[in-house]
Order: sequence, then C-alpha cells, then structure tokens
Amino acid sequence: MAELTPFQTVGPFFAICLGEPGRAELATNGALGRRIIIEGTVFDGSGALVPDALVEIWQANAAGRYAHPEDEQEKPIDPNFSGYGRAPTDDAGHFEIETIMPGRVPGPDDSLQAPHLLLGILARGILTRLVTRMYFEDEPSTKEDPILALVPARRRETLLARRVRDGVYHFDLRLQGDGETVFFDV
Amino acid sequence: MPGETYRRPSDDVHPPRDFPGYRGTALRHPRQPLVIVPQTLSELTGPVYGHASVADADRDLTTRGHAPPIGERIIVEGRVLDEDGKPVRDTLVELWQANAAGRYAHRVDRHDAPLDPNFTGAGRALTDAAGCYRFVTIKPGAYPWLNHSNAWRPAHIHFSLWGPSFLTRLVTQMYFPGDPLLALDPIYNSVPDPRGRERLLAKFDLSLTQPEWALGYHFDLVVRGRHATPMERQHG
Repeated sequence: MAELTPFQTVGPFFAICLGEPGRAELATNGALGRRIIIEGTVFDGSGALVPDALVEIWQANAAGRYAHPEDEQEKPIDPNFSGYGRAPTDDAGHFEIETIMPGRVPGPDDSLQAPHLLLGILARGILTRLVTRMYFEDEPSTKEDPILALVPARRRETLLARRVRDGVYHFDLRLQGDGETVFFDV
Repeated sequence: MPGETYRRPSDDVHPPRDFPGYRGTALRHPRQPLVIVPQTLSELTGPVYGHASVADADRDLTTRGHAPPIGERIIVEGRVLDEDGKPVRDTLVELWQANAAGRYAHRVDRHDAPLDPNFTGAGRALTDAAGCYRFVTIKPGAYPWLNHSNAWRPAHIHFSLWGPSFLTRLVTQMYFPGDPLLALDPIYNSVPDPRGRERLLAKFDLSLTQPEWALGYHFDLVVRGRHATPMERQHG
C-alpha cells in the first residue's frame, strides 16, 4: 500500500511548463466530426475575471469513443483526435476551445450519456483541482443525461453551453457566488 | 469494459477548498456542496501521451542554455505509484520551478531577484516500466509573496501528472526537508494531515547523489488506486 500524495495549487506561474494562454486546439487537421468552438470566461466570487486559470479538457471523439485503452467499445478510433487539451485563460479571463462535437458514450446501468466535455480547473487559489462537465444546450439528449439528472434542477443550467451561432458555443465558469458552476465529487 | 472504479480519497488527504490562511482561496472556492456522481467511462479514461513527444534532454534543466545555470545542481528521482503500490508506467511527469535566486521565468513574477538566462525552470519526463522518473535541475530559491506580511514561500518544485485516467490527475509541490519556512507556509500547511504534509517532502538520498557533481533527492508521487476486482474480493 502507498498513501496518496496531497494536491497543492498550480500557482500563478504554470505557463512556463503547462502552456501559455491561447486557444486549445483539439481538432487537428483531419479530425472527424462537426467542428465547434467553445469560448468563455472564468469568474471568481466577486465577479472579477480569473486571468491565471488552467482549464483542462477531456472528451470522446465524434463516434463516442475515447482514445484510451480502457474504452473497448466497437466504435472507430480517430487517429487525428486525442480528446485532450489545455486552455489557460488570458489577461481577460477568457478561454477558447476548438474541438469537434463529441459523440454519446455509455453511462451507468446501460444508459447513454449526452455529448459532454469533462473539465478540470486549476489556478492560483485553487488548492485541490475542481472538476465539472460541460453539456450543450441545443443537444436534445442533454435533457435525459443520467449524470446531469443528479444535479439539482435549478443548478443544471450552469453546465450548459449556449449556442451563439452555428458551431460556436459560450460557456462561463463561475467559481463562487451567483450562478456558481456545479462542481463534482467523483 | 473499462477497469474497476477508483477509490475516493478520505477528507483529510487533500487541502480544503477554502483555507483562510491562503488568501487566494477566499473568492476561488465553490460555496455550494460538490455533487457526488458515479465514475463513468468518461472519468475512467484520460489523456494518453505519445512517447515521440518527449525527448531525453527534456529532463535535464541544466543543459538548455549556453552555460550551466547558477545554483546548486540536484538530482530529483522517484516513482509514480498508485495507492496499491503498483507502478504507473509511461506517464508524463511535468515540473516547473523558480531559479536559484527565487525568480520564475514568467512575465508576472515581479520579485526583485535576477533572472538566469540559462534557466527556463521547466522539464518533463516519462516514467519507465517501474514507474521511475529522474530530473537534473538546480535547487530553487525561496521567494516572497503577498499573502500576508513578510510572507515567503519555502523552496519548492511544482509537479504535474495525469496517471492512467481523468481521476488520477495530480498537481502538487515538492518541498525540501528541514526548510524553516515550511512551518510558516499556508499552502504547505493547507494539507490537513501531518503525515500528508510529510509526503510532500523530498528525502535527501546520498545514494542518488553523484559524487563531485550533484546532490540527490528522492520524491515519490502516489495517485488514486482502484477498488479491488471482483476476483480479488473473492480471494481477499
């Protein structure tokens, strides 16, 4: 047996190693699926923007398969899509993710999950990583997602990306206070 | 089918989200309770790195410039394990730190200490089949921060790794044994369990030291382990 190493904050200087602000580009040339851009801002409990957050993304490919050995579904792997990206916020607290619309993946008890992104949030002032999910407001299956159903109904909309125009979605992260994003214990 | 689910850490392992001693947490912690959800295929999978993207040179932070960086050269070596003590192989370990004067090569670091043109302070390495990693770097300096009056961070090195899934993500800091600033540091002391704080300390290890060249420190990183498989439960 070994004992867990505790988390510590990523601090304000992670960019020298984990990446400078800029669009997270998950959809490299040739990735299959509908191309989308997700853009948003990270806010703190006073409504101030958070210019030093790191948003990490994990998602399935367009067919609903993860590029990981433990996903053994009989769905195609897309060699041009890893499903992983990092989106550090800029001086305006803004982040941008260029990706493809994920397919549906299995959920608990033979259910099917709605298309979603897993997000991990790290920043100065965040001692232990925050974990959340992003769903798509205009995707019909979002209403029947088995994980979203576990979130109190009045707070679900904090997890919905809003369609701005074709292929562009808006999604803000609020770390505290009014409209606080739902974070998960998983 | 994916493997077994991951064990949830007990409450005293990781720092609380709201820790008044560390002012930065005040407006950056959720006030609503976290929503407990099951682990699905989404969480049981996670980023996988290709070997091709990591070069051997990336794990030596002392050979990037025209000359060696200023400071005390050190070797930092250890293993990445899960809670069952199983090695986590082929995982990317990323590291970043201040230079010997306590200054980061980052535009928002305004500490009045010199930058070292021969030190970027970032490195990365893949673990081998036994979960081992090894870096060569210089010992970072302590530096002041604005958390409270006369606040100084103890010397530390930031570590980041993913392990086998989204749930095994670990971002932490390694500290040096015997540092008098540890007792005064709210970030280090945000870890509730004293034994947990001890696990953030590197161990000086004479056997890792390279005579006439560099001192050696050992630092293991332990990520979440899985629930026993049905088979193990049956026999356990």
